[in-house]
Amino acid sequence: MIFTIARKELKTLFASPLAWMLLALMQLVLAWIFLWRLDAFLEIQSQLLQIANPPGVTEIIVAPLFAMAAVVLLMATPLLTMRLIAEERRNHTMTFLISAPISMTDIVLGKFIGLMIFFCSVIVLAAVLSLSLLAGGTLDVGLLLSNAAGLLLICACFASLGLYISCLTAQPAIAAAGTLGALLGLWVVDIAADDADSIMRSFSLLKHYENFNRGMIDTFDLAYFALFILTFLVLAIRRLDGERLRG
Amino acid sequence: MNEQITSATISARGLCRNFGNHAAVREINLELKRGEVLGLLGPNGAGKTTTMRMLTGNLAPSAGSVEICGIDLLDRPRDAKARIGYLPETPPLYRDLTVDEYLQLAARLHRVGNANLRFVLDEAKQRCGLNDVGRQLIGSLSKGYQQRVGIAQAIIHNPDVIILDEPTVGLDPNQIREIRTLIRELGAERSVILSTHILPEVESVCDRVQIMHQGRMVFNDSIAGLKQKQISLEEVFAQLTLDNGSSGDIQFS
Repeated sequence: MIFTIARKELKTLFASPLAWMLLALMQLVLAWIFLWRLDAFLEIQSQLLQIANPPGVTEIIVAPLFAMAAVVLLMATPLLTMRLIAEERRNHTMTFLISAPISMTDIVLGKFIGLMIFFCSVIVLAAVLSLSLLAGGTLDVGLLLSNAAGLLLICACFASLGLYISCLTAQPAIAAAGTLGALLGLWVVDIAADDADSIMRSFSLLKHYENFNRGMIDTFDLAYFALFILTFLVLAIRRLDGERLRG
Repeated sequence: MNEQITSATISARGLCRNFGNHAAVREINLELKRGEVLGLLGPNGAGKTTTMRMLTGNLAPSAGSVEICGIDLLDRPRDAKARIGYLPETPPLYRDLTVDEYLQLAARLHRVGNANLRFVLDEAKQRCGLNDVGRQLIGSLSKGYQQRVGIAQAIIHNPDVIILDEPTVGLDPNQIREIRTLIRELGAERSVILSTHILPEVESVCDRVQIMHQGRMVFNDSIAGLKQKQISLEEVFAQLTLDNGSSGDIQFS
């Protein structure tokens, strides 16, 4: 049932031009950053040779690419999550899902997985962009995988938060504004957490992502992401269940 | 299965629903047998839609219970919901999907196996006269066709109980006649609850009529019984629902 909903989400998503436009624009931005980093690498390549144990092509090109990809996806997420529940409500199609013999958990997880499959395509495109470097040298595959895993997890965090906010309203625009506000807020927390070893550091999404970006997979980061995703998915399910009671 | 044919397919007891301090539905009892079409009447705001939303599991009742074919809707919602087909007031359609895609989705969500999918899809389209528009986007269809798609999604999984909330609103006279024929056909082997404002529709389609007013059930009789007593439905309706508030209170005081 979860996959039936996920399939329906993908079908309606790709039936609209929004998904294609977002994919194209994101790829354009990522390609731009990729070329800029590649240019920078070629410029400093001769100097790098003089250093003992120099940073490789993966650290100089791929890691910044994925760091930027997280910010690009942060901006794109509200446009994708706003439709999830809010639009179903506005089009009166929520009744269709609730009347079917499926639970709220199925609906929420189905929508979440559908969106994650879309995000996966973005991540795969970014990874393919990085793999094109294999044409001219070798890659640190471990670092690339850690980046991809980190990006997948942070996307899941964005998606679960957006999904929850979409549950709160029947207006897609308000859901988008709310999600953007919340995600930007988390980003600002990241900037505030920059200087000190403050507690803010533990709450910042991007700070946890940074470790993946450096190729370090820490259980603390994994736990943080897992808790973040779980919290907002459970909140979304509870919110929808509560609606049946409150009316 | 033979037992089920004689026993009630849907039975609601003491159904109540409050929105804050406002009681939208109070102490509704409803029972329906297989092969029976029930017309649910009432002025706007009488609580018909709220009742239907409770019967289909879209809204939790404040008190009371609903059983679908002997399965409690609150205890085992998934098994109970699998036996209901529901067309809400506004047909719940995805405008970006084609008719076929949408009906397939409806069938899958109602646990129709892949082997049967093609068959149930063709049958539902056949019944609702949608054979020519299978590949069209729902958003591009006329209101009448959209309404038919809405009915098709309610019957595609062969439910025991079909609940239709004002299915003929916005249709032209020919379409209304077609839909009424369809409802009668469906009512022959299943239970149908029909909410409407058109009194002749109830007289021509339904076996039994219940009238709601201010959240209470104020009338319950069979159409045949009404005809026997030579009372017109319109008179009954006007009598029970025109005098604001007093009739319901008298009944319960």
